[in-house]
Amino acid sequence: MSEVLVLVEHVEGQVKKVTLELLTLARKLGAPSAVWAGPGYSAEAKAKLAEYGAEKIYVADSADIADYVVAPKAELLAQLVSSASPAAVLVAATAEAKEIAGRLAIKIDSGVLTDAVGIGEGLVADQSIFGGGVNVQSRVTKGTPIIAVRPNATPVEAAAGAGAEEQVSVAVSDAAKVAKVVERVKEEKGARPELTEAAIVVSGGRGVGSAENFSIIEKLADSLGAAVGASRAATDAGWYPHQFQVGQTGKTVSPQLYIAAGISGAIQHRAGMQTAKTIVAINKDPEAPIFELADYGVVGDLNQVVPQLTEEISKRK
Amino acid sequence: MNIVVCVKQVPDTATERKLRSDDKTLDRDAADGVVNELDEYAVEEALRLKEAHGGEVTVLTMGPDKASDTIRKALAMGADKAVHLVDDALHGSDALGTSHALAQTLKKIGFDLVVLGSESTDARTGVLAAMLAERLNVPQLTFANKVEVNGSAITIQRVTDYGYDRVEASLPAVVSVVEKINEPRYPSFKGIMAAKKKPVEKLGVADAEIDAAQVGLANAWSEVTDFAAAPPRAAGTIVKDEGDGGAKAADFLASKKFI
Repeated sequence: MSEVLVLVEHVEGQVKKVTLELLTLARKLGAPSAVWAGPGYSAEAKAKLAEYGAEKIYVADSADIADYVVAPKAELLAQLVSSASPAAVLVAATAEAKEIAGRLAIKIDSGVLTDAVGIGEGLVADQSIFGGGVNVQSRVTKGTPIIAVRPNATPVEAAAGAGAEEQVSVAVSDAAKVAKVVERVKEEKGARPELTEAAIVVSGGRGVGSAENFSIIEKLADSLGAAVGASRAATDAGWYPHQFQVGQTGKTVSPQLYIAAGISGAIQHRAGMQTAKTIVAINKDPEAPIFELADYGVVGDLNQVVPQLTEEISKRK
Repeated sequence: MNIVVCVKQVPDTATERKLRSDDKTLDRDAADGVVNELDEYAVEEALRLKEAHGGEVTVLTMGPDKASDTIRKALAMGADKAVHLVDDALHGSDALGTSHALAQTLKKIGFDLVVLGSESTDARTGVLAAMLAERLNVPQLTFANKVEVNGSAITIQRVTDYGYDRVEASLPAVVSVVEKINEPRYPSFKGIMAAKKKPVEKLGVADAEIDAAQVGLANAWSEVTDFAAAPPRAAGTIVKDEGDGGAKAADFLASKKFI
């Protein structure tokens, strides 16, 4: 059975959930081979990757690989494609991994599909485009298919793989060392899950009214172990940082549950959350377009409804 | 500094966007064409860099004849001249083909800095800037929310999930920008009038030395095999808050096993 390369997403040595989703998906397509790029590899990471089906784990953990923007990781994958002849390369549809996929596509002269929400027979990818308005099936017609899969699109299932470790030595080329990361600045975000990975997202919009009042959104999010998002109206007003913006020019999320509070549901916002499995909306305007998407909607003042919901959730835990 | 800003015409998000039933490409006649929003930030950033460091801003667009509206808008904002890559042979190019066509054109017209939006609102692949850096063999400075040029040195803040990375490189380079890097200016009346007299050079595939075997729908590296409008979501339950709206929402979440 052909190998399927899965580029591992990791932060501070921890394997991210999306990688477990990709390994689950890769098991249907071939023999999953995890590719660890950059420092932080550990026995714990190895065990996790094997638990979810990695038959092989390629480890390239030199600092060089992470010290320059994108290009070294594309070189590493190109080298592995050439030595392992995989059936496909899967990456997470994150901003950086999509860029890696793009550069890899040129290096190995292969097609690339981004933002897949599923992969079926014949490596046909399902994509949701135009803000969730159109469902598309597409496939790569030249080279080794490279597919970037959206986080939260695949339910995770454990199934042990051999986890055979293989160290890979990569001599990062001078050409890949031209954009050097000289400092990594971590901004405070607390213990909340990452927006695009979170199973539950609670977002606030214009109706929240102020930066201070976003605390009621955060409290609801924390009661559910959710990430906090914001509409463009809220980030434009400076009430919440832009990196949490959900929508066409911000992040795209596909959580199990999306709660929109004080968000009217303009097309620009819907483009970023329409593929959520369950949508709950709270808005004082009964005509707000967000109610057209909602599985459950409450027409009312979010200043009353949201704190009551938070209290009820805490009570019922 | 010779700055080239790549601008794309996209269908207006506010209108209905469709694929054509015949060749499964974007139906450009069905929707109004507008400047890709993130590219407006790119134009603004290019103009600010020119104002600070001198030089010239050239707009580069690949697209059909009607994409000239997009060029005019960028010129009205203050760009000096434009190159319009227009050729039927380019229709249906995927990201690999588009990056080849733009990279060939950029080599032909020359640049110190290429600036573009980090993604388009139609295809949303977010790969083009990285692909241009790969093809042009220059530093990739993408997802920037801050750009500083000092002589031939360039530093950006690259937005990440945890905050940002500070990235250093030397010109020439490719920069992609995110929303909120700046506040794009509105074209003034004077700017709109002046734009009508600014030079727009039209280039075809042969003029830009583009390999015809790498562009167009038939030569794409991937294909759309099928598509359909997403089924509408089933109508939900909407209740009016009578003082118990939060509790009712909690009941719903419990019924779905979220709590």
